[in-house]
Amino acid sequence: MALTTDDIKSIAHLARLGLNEEDLAPLAADLSTMLNLVEQLQAVDTTGVEPMAHPASATLSMRDDVVSEHDQRDVLQAPAPSLQDGYFLVPRVIE
Amino acid sequence: MHDKTLAQQAALLASGELKSRELVDHYLQRIERLNPALNAYLQVDAEGAREQAAKADDILQQGKGGPLTGIPIAHKDIFCTQGIKTTCGSRMLENFIAPYNATVVDKLNAAGVVTLGKANMDEFAMGSSNENSYFGAVANPWQHDRVPGGSSGGSAAVVAAQLASAATGTDTGGSIRQPAAFCGVTGIKPTYGRVSRYGMVAFASSLDQGGPMARTAEDCALLLQGMAGHDVRDATSSDVAVPNFSSQLNKDIKGLRIGVPEEYFAQGLDSAVADSVTEALAELERMGAILKTVSLPNQGLCVPAYYIIAPAEASSNLSRFDGVRFGHRCENPQDLEDLYKRSRGEGFGPEVKRRILIGAYTLSAGYYDAYYRKAQQVRQLVSNDFTAAFEEVDVIAGPTTPTTAFVRGEKTDDPIAMYLNDLFTVSANLSGLPGLSAPCGFVDGLPVGLQLVAPANEESLLLNVAHRYQSSTDWHLQSPATID
Repeated sequence: MALTTDDIKSIAHLARLGLNEEDLAPLAADLSTMLNLVEQLQAVDTTGVEPMAHPASATLSMRDDVVSEHDQRDVLQAPAPSLQDGYFLVPRVIE
Repeated sequence: MHDKTLAQQAALLASGELKSRELVDHYLQRIERLNPALNAYLQVDAEGAREQAAKADDILQQGKGGPLTGIPIAHKDIFCTQGIKTTCGSRMLENFIAPYNATVVDKLNAAGVVTLGKANMDEFAMGSSNENSYFGAVANPWQHDRVPGGSSGGSAAVVAAQLASAATGTDTGGSIRQPAAFCGVTGIKPTYGRVSRYGMVAFASSLDQGGPMARTAEDCALLLQGMAGHDVRDATSSDVAVPNFSSQLNKDIKGLRIGVPEEYFAQGLDSAVADSVTEALAELERMGAILKTVSLPNQGLCVPAYYIIAPAEASSNLSRFDGVRFGHRCENPQDLEDLYKRSRGEGFGPEVKRRILIGAYTLSAGYYDAYYRKAQQVRQLVSNDFTAAFEEVDVIAGPTTPTTAFVRGEKTDDPIAMYLNDLFTVSANLSGLPGLSAPCGFVDGLPVGLQLVAPANEESLLLNVAHRYQSSTDWHLQSPATID
């Protein structure tokens, strides 16, 4: 399976990943090689095999539904690049 | 004092012959002298370490210390540490100071451990050579032009160069065991869920697992004791009771059935590495273990399955880096989409970008069943192989890596060649099983690792076998000529 630079552009858009024009061709080549590596899975007969999402699926546990966290907004927002009055600032979304 | 094992240092600290403050100052001097050539530490917290050491000395003085009180370690820079930076080897988190500690950090702090600093790593734990760190590659202490392995390459180099008593690491596809093998140290990836992932920057959540790296299996047992345990903050944390890992170390291995997968000695394995591992297996046999050939028929599918599952989970996990709440933000964004795209484009390095893209692709509409679902089915087959093998044997043994440490730059242009480093290690992550690597020889002056894999929750057995092996060999006690 070979990916084109247009494919890379559309995947990068899905992942909201900005790429330089000159990186597109090498990425198309690298990703095509990766897809060739994983292609061999298609030859495996997995009829009736239940997909394994997680090694711990049997051990998931529930906790009591009680308040366990207190308000730490200032502490948790401290690493944010831009804040005002406790809100995260982003470029204007609504004109 | 740096050439002593953690267990030996702990005994000296307990008896009062050694002060934690002295040990910490000694390591800080060594770090200042040796780290510039190695780049194993990204950050050293001398002031914090001295404070923790002084507290530990008080506790030891009162006779209230435990086996880890006053022991100086390095944390892989993937573990969040309140007050000092957590970069995860990425420009994205270059200036990130976490607002809380990882559970592993909290637990080890409570056990009296001293944090010397944060260890270098491949960006977001993606890599097998530590060359993917935004902050520069790490030199292998055995030969400086060689890679230390990855992604816990800084941790492995710290332990090999004796710049701390031990270090923490994480392992998603071999990231504790492979660098342990390349640097001649001992490392264990516990059973999935044994060590809390809370505050450990996520790469692939169904595969990630933290664990200890140290000079000996005995030291790993002590450190793992401090790290393991159920955590309400990690929904996948296991509530299986944590045994006393040190209590089983000396158990006789006479009659223990060791499975040797024929697939591990096939194509791709360097012949000199194979010889070292075969000799290690012969040693275990002389100690009374019974060797038995087993088959893991789907072994060849592990790397392909892994390189669908891990990037898929990574592309989802790394979507949190949006330039809004924390991490790198681009200058003068035109609009929200520009903010996302440029912040992520500037913040992530090439390997992280490759994996986000391949993950986004395999999860996208129309491809999900062909790739992601298929890989999960193969994952089940890989897991079934182990279940079948463990009906016949108690533990599985083989090489940790196909070769010894390679030269820096040798594989940077070939992602697939780099991925094949994980050939023997990814299966334990896919299956959630515990795996350990211990030094078992040298090829041309470079260490070789013996890998042991056990059924879920049998870390004690791995540590037991490795400790017995280390009681009758001295590979683990060799140290690089460059560090004194």
